[in-house]
Amino acid sequence: MNWIFDAYQWCATSFPTLTMAVSLLLFPLLPLIIGVAMYVYWERKVIGWMHVRLGPSKVGPLGLFQTFADVIKLLLKEVIYPTEANRKLFVLAPLWALIPSFAAWAVVPFASHKAWSDANAGLLFLLAMTSMGVYGIIIAGWASNSRYAMLGAMRSAAQIISYEIAMGFSLVSVLILSGSLNLSDIVNAQAGSKGALDWFWLPLLPMFIIYFVSGVAETNRAPFDMAEGESEIVAGFHVEYSGAPFAVFFLTEYANMILISFLAPILFLGGWWSPFPQSWGWIGEPGWWWLCAKAFFFATAFIWFRATFPRYRYDQIMRLGWKVFIPITIVWVFVAGCMKYFGWVTTGA
Amino acid sequence: MNRVANYFKSLLLLELFAGLWLTFKYLWRPKYTVRYPMEHIPKSNRFRGLLALRRYPNGEERCIACKLCEAVCPALAITIDSAPRADDGTRRTTRYDIDLFKCIFCGFCEESCPVDSIVLSGVLEYHMEKRGENVVNKQQLLAIGDRFETQIAADRAQDSPFR
Repeated sequence: MNWIFDAYQWCATSFPTLTMAVSLLLFPLLPLIIGVAMYVYWERKVIGWMHVRLGPSKVGPLGLFQTFADVIKLLLKEVIYPTEANRKLFVLAPLWALIPSFAAWAVVPFASHKAWSDANAGLLFLLAMTSMGVYGIIIAGWASNSRYAMLGAMRSAAQIISYEIAMGFSLVSVLILSGSLNLSDIVNAQAGSKGALDWFWLPLLPMFIIYFVSGVAETNRAPFDMAEGESEIVAGFHVEYSGAPFAVFFLTEYANMILISFLAPILFLGGWWSPFPQSWGWIGEPGWWWLCAKAFFFATAFIWFRATFPRYRYDQIMRLGWKVFIPITIVWVFVAGCMKYFGWVTTGA
Repeated sequence: MNRVANYFKSLLLLELFAGLWLTFKYLWRPKYTVRYPMEHIPKSNRFRGLLALRRYPNGEERCIACKLCEAVCPALAITIDSAPRADDGTRRTTRYDIDLFKCIFCGFCEESCPVDSIVLSGVLEYHMEKRGENVVNKQQLLAIGDRFETQIAADRAQDSPFR
């Protein structure tokens, strides 16, 4: 991975503008879009397996090209604008949802301090970006001028905002222990001679679980997929969207899921550090593959949850968010403070 | 006290993990899916599919135009005209039409047939491309019978001990 960054440094000094444009396209966008396509395929496959059926198997080897066929179909379809819709906002909304979810990748490190922007306030930037996505949803719901879309957008927004508080508190406990908002420093604070036992998931176990459950709720995934519901509000905020704008919303949702899957290991599971002690030789080596393997597990967990759990009722979601998660996180922020103050947890290598 | 215990139990997410474990076990099960055009599920020898008219081994058609099948057909799908055959004067059908859209594949015609002429073969994969092709005439029914005779005979032989 390092030689790629060296090559990038050389290009950036020689042809700054061109490198910027090409690498912006190449690094966050292209792999992310292909990753989303593969993720959708994997989701359909795993859910199929859990239903004791095969999942997509016809398009290409093992059905691998299924998503690409679906994407091409979506892009070639006509975009229908409702007569009463606010045309400008209707077009703007998917972009407003998509851009923050891509922008959040700027601070995600794949190795120590190897991120697009090694920002000091990386965690804050992430929180800001993931919150920005809500506007896209609300605007989509309002601009569609449809009852279903409006209700779906309201539900989705209320849910995202509620769970963001619990998520924010769980991130606070991480930054209390690591003492930094920089994501690379957070990961490095989890290094140690004991491998997986040095990571933050152990002292912050309730926060780790709450973080991931809130992440599921925040991406509007099952069992918290209140924004959609065939029997009540159809497809929720994107009910009036078709063709390419719908594809953009779809891309946003899955890109956000992948982002949450990457953040969970970075914040709680030691990022690129190996789960084995470093004294064990090659298997204890840190590397981006560990980060990707951990992220893959969480991405699969999203699918696993969807195949397992029945949907929550809306008031139950609110109860879980406000009356269970937020009190627990507040208490554990205090516990994390005690851990740090009395030195119960060692951080850093 | 019980409420408190249940509260802590719910905090440990035990039931959720049990559910996850269940779906995880299903993940590895052999799949039920049959890749249909490439794979087929086993079919009974009593399967009632496309209709066919049979012949004797010497090539003579079995049907003697008794019209029992026409009489028994609950859907009135069979239409028969009969006349003495020109060369030997035996009683034969001049017209034997079955409307496959009317046919309900009940198999009564096969049960009523005294000479085992009209039969329901095991064929279920067929289609029509033009309007009117749903009515199959005598030549077509005989052709179907000729084409699938070995299978039809094998199915009947397998079922004979129960008749």
